[in-house]
Amino acid sequence: MYDFNYKRASSVDDASSSMASADDGKFVAGGMTLLPTLKQRLAMPSDLVDLADLDDLVGVKVDNNSVTVGAMTPHAVVNASEEVKKAIPALSKLAGLIGDPMVRNRGTIGGSISNNDPAADYPSAVVGLGATVHTNKREIAGDDFFTGMFETALEEDELVTKVVFPIPEKASYMKFPNPASRYAIVGTFVSTGSQGTRVAVTGAGPCVFRQPEMETALENQFTPESVENIKQDDSDLNTDIHASAEYRAHLVTVMAKRAVAEANG
Amino acid sequence: MTTTTVSMTVNGKQLSADVENRTLLVQYLRESHGLTGTHVGCDTSQCGACTVHVDGLPIKACTILARQVEGKEVTTIEGLADGEKLHPMQEAFRENHALQCGFCTPGMVMSAIGIVDRNSDSLDEKTVRHELEGNFCRCTGYHNIVKAILAAHEEMTA
Repeated sequence: MYDFNYKRASSVDDASSSMASADDGKFVAGGMTLLPTLKQRLAMPSDLVDLADLDDLVGVKVDNNSVTVGAMTPHAVVNASEEVKKAIPALSKLAGLIGDPMVRNRGTIGGSISNNDPAADYPSAVVGLGATVHTNKREIAGDDFFTGMFETALEEDELVTKVVFPIPEKASYMKFPNPASRYAIVGTFVSTGSQGTRVAVTGAGPCVFRQPEMETALENQFTPESVENIKQDDSDLNTDIHASAEYRAHLVTVMAKRAVAEANG
Repeated sequence: MTTTTVSMTVNGKQLSADVENRTLLVQYLRESHGLTGTHVGCDTSQCGACTVHVDGLPIKACTILARQVEGKEVTTIEGLADGEKLHPMQEAFRENHALQCGFCTPGMVMSAIGIVDRNSDSLDEKTVRHELEGNFCRCTGYHNIVKAILAAHEEMTA
């Protein structure tokens, strides 16, 4: 690991101004991606601004229409929350599929979506439920938040404060995990409700994406049969040692089908 | 290289050491304080040999900076036994022969206590196997580890 300056932010404003004055700073939330990246010397930030003391950003709030998750809420809390299990069981399930118990005790939703790893789980829930990302500067629609591989709409000194998920009528998340890392080789989040009918795919391409053909078919009829013959185009999908683009394309349909079946209960 | 004094409570004792910002918690424990019971296995956040508790929750000490743990309470494998009397989880690992080479064992034990804490009402084999997903053992095939954790669960929740 290269050396860096370290600072614990005392407030959201302090975090933002510390970042603005750093040469090439990085926010650290749970650090479950950043620390391994630093250890491999794949990044060399001048400053780390630690968000660990921002207690206002921790916690889950559920009302009649939405589930709000504070940016610094660890995955373990979202997974274990009885309120989340009742309101959006798919979200609780997704949080429990990230990494392993130790990772879930540290990793946060804000960190996960800000990093936007192509194989991260949370981006599929943000897009698949039509959530709204709140930052210290503005609100960003989930559909506009993820802009490319490890790229988001966030500015340099902008940080996520919370994510608001509308409560769907039905939703489910199915993933085919990498057996070692538990990252999604393909993960498909499906939902239907006030946010429309959505199918969001993670792990398969460079960035989470919606599958419009499946969405249209499910809008018509929300059954596994509606999607089972829809083939995902593999031309822009990832190929690596774990799976070819062709295999990932196949998994998109399989995971979508299983997710719809689970959502229907 | 700039160093900063980092203090935390480890196994009930207040400890301090001057470390670089990039010092990991596991290095702080092993190198600054000689607490070598916490192992470094993969050093890539996958194997769980470095698992310790921070404020009561199991985490991977190779994936957190010492500075991130400033002021917090840490428990390592050295902090579990009460004098000569082993912690029920350690005792269960011994009774059930839940180790061969022993390298993964400190992390397994720390992680296993987390499993019992999260499932104090009831715990079955499937849950234990699933929740061990962050700990690798290359000798035992996990079977006796699972048996030990189920036995310790009975003991700890009796």
